[in-house]
Amino acid sequence: MKQKGLICYIMGGYPNPTTCEKIISSIVDGGADIIEIGIPFSDPIADGPVIQEASYRALQNGITPDKCLNLIKRTRKKYPELPIVIMTYTNILQKNGFRKFMEMAKDAGTDGFVLPDMTIEESKEYLEYSKKLELASIFLVAPNTSNLRIRKTLDVSTGFVYVVSVYGTTGMRNSFNEYTLTAIKNIKKLSSNKKNISVGFGISTPHHIKLMSNYGADAVIVGSAIIKMINSNKVSNIIHLQKKLLNYIKSLKTACTNR
Amino acid sequence: MTKLREFPIAGKYGKYGGKYIPETLVPAINELEDAYEKIRNDSNFKKELDYYLQNYAGRPTPLFFAKNLTEYVGGARIFLKREDLLHGGAHKTNNCLGQCLLAKKMGKKRIIAETGAGQHGVGTAMAAAVLGLKAEIYMGSIDIERQKLNLFRMELLGAKVHSVNSGTKTLKDAINEALRDWITNVKDTYYLIGSVVGPHPYPMMVRDFQSVIGEEIKSQLRNFTKRSPHALICCVGGGSNAMGTFFPFLDDKDVSLYGVEAGGLGIRTGKHSATLNEGSEGILHGMRTYLLQDEFGQINDTHSISAGLDYPGVGPQHVQLKDIERAEYVTCTDNEALDAFFKLSRLEGIIPALEPCHAVSYAMKLAKKMRRDENIIVTLSGRGDKDIDQVIKFRKKYTGRS
Repeated sequence: MKQKGLICYIMGGYPNPTTCEKIISSIVDGGADIIEIGIPFSDPIADGPVIQEASYRALQNGITPDKCLNLIKRTRKKYPELPIVIMTYTNILQKNGFRKFMEMAKDAGTDGFVLPDMTIEESKEYLEYSKKLELASIFLVAPNTSNLRIRKTLDVSTGFVYVVSVYGTTGMRNSFNEYTLTAIKNIKKLSSNKKNISVGFGISTPHHIKLMSNYGADAVIVGSAIIKMINSNKVSNIIHLQKKLLNYIKSLKTACTNR
Repeated sequence: MTKLREFPIAGKYGKYGGKYIPETLVPAINELEDAYEKIRNDSNFKKELDYYLQNYAGRPTPLFFAKNLTEYVGGARIFLKREDLLHGGAHKTNNCLGQCLLAKKMGKKRIIAETGAGQHGVGTAMAAAVLGLKAEIYMGSIDIERQKLNLFRMELLGAKVHSVNSGTKTLKDAINEALRDWITNVKDTYYLIGSVVGPHPYPMMVRDFQSVIGEEIKSQLRNFTKRSPHALICCVGGGSNAMGTFFPFLDDKDVSLYGVEAGGLGIRTGKHSATLNEGSEGILHGMRTYLLQDEFGQINDTHSISAGLDYPGVGPQHVQLKDIERAEYVTCTDNEALDAFFKLSRLEGIIPALEPCHAVSYAMKLAKKMRRDENIIVTLSGRGDKDIDQVIKFRKKYTGRS
């Protein structure tokens, strides 16, 4: 059976720019297939407490969209083939103008965007430049999204489709309900293998990955769990953190491979 | 030509408005839109709402000719639309009753709301109590500190109040937290937004429920004069009392419309909430509108003496009215608002909330430049009981007196 993809989220420049780069290396070495870099926003409505706090602290430390693009530039240089997508909120693109910001992101080496507050109805300009610049436009679908809307979303999404696993914001969950698995199965069926189905929100263990995979996920997204691991580490002990992250990502990757 | 009263068209006011929301909320917003479209022209719904507005909330509120203030200023006649006399102490009750009734028709039992000054929280708690619904209110911890009285009122009315400690700990963060709650409990929860902000259909729906203010002004002024008002003046935070006052007059071109934003410590200090004057286009809380934001698109901290105006965004229809120059948006500082607070208290025996003091202050400036046979209407959106502590604190700071 096909190997499942592992998508890892980090907050750009968090906990500080130098450590952040080292964290990315550990995650890539551990086997991440795609890196999702968050650009902090002051009002992250789709995020739970862990990413909210990281966002807030990154902004307090002076992290700007430009600094995140520089981080992408350096990461791209180090890993020429690594897919890198940006996760942020629409206003960050809007402020510069969609065209200008997306061109800058493309130049830095970005492959696509995940915007949790962008709907397909409002996406005309965003899609226009995604196409022009060959950037993936990764839309989200939720457990309560209708089949008609799932089909529309599958049509306009490129790269992959981001399935929100739960009713709620980002952040670790101990367990998942039946509705999550039903939703994944349904979306998988509607996509008939034309688009990759990636499942995110709440995923943190190899067990979760196996569960999602069994119901048809092509990839999983892990975010808050990584941020939490970063938070639990003392700033001075970076080597320890890198080791911990490497082992953690490896354990997730193993779950993606052995099924 | 399209009439201004026909907006929103496809959920938009020109290019403003729209729906920028997490996917989980899309079905809920669509359900709300369908439900509202069904009841908005339903005579039974209107009858039921009117019943509560009249017998429970005390509508119509009076239009009062402020003779003493008019004589003091020496210019145009100043009328006050007394929303401060509405049950709950502010215009917010109009919208809360409308939306709670709608929620009930939709079969939703749990109401959530955000609040800044606490007035919308109180309005929600009241409407939920009288209609047998459960209310939970999100309020920034800084706002709780400066509006303690309203916290107790909400609790007395049976609402559960959640203190919000994220971000700037004020209104915008309370909205963020309410949205997160809604994403999590989308199936059984109704989100009752308190101003003409948020994703479509909220700006339209809240405007419609508040338009009773402007409609009443239209008929009540006829008791004083055959002429239409020359100017309507309202304070603007999110802009719901202003939209409700303006809306019935939007296509009467001879009526001038003025929105007064919080100039805080002065525009040049950067400590203000004057979104329409100083902001730029952006996307927040589900809508395309004007925002106070930095060069990177991060939302700024705002400041105003009145918690109810302390918001970095504004209703999208106001932005349209500004763009096409149908309405003029000006500012009033904390000190000017305080001055109006004392003047109105002494001259008319009315202690106003600090929010509409911004409008009263501008009315005093404008009246001076107008003829004595012209009429100005100020919407006095709330009463001042909640602000007494704040006023005492400020008076001490600026005059050394207490």
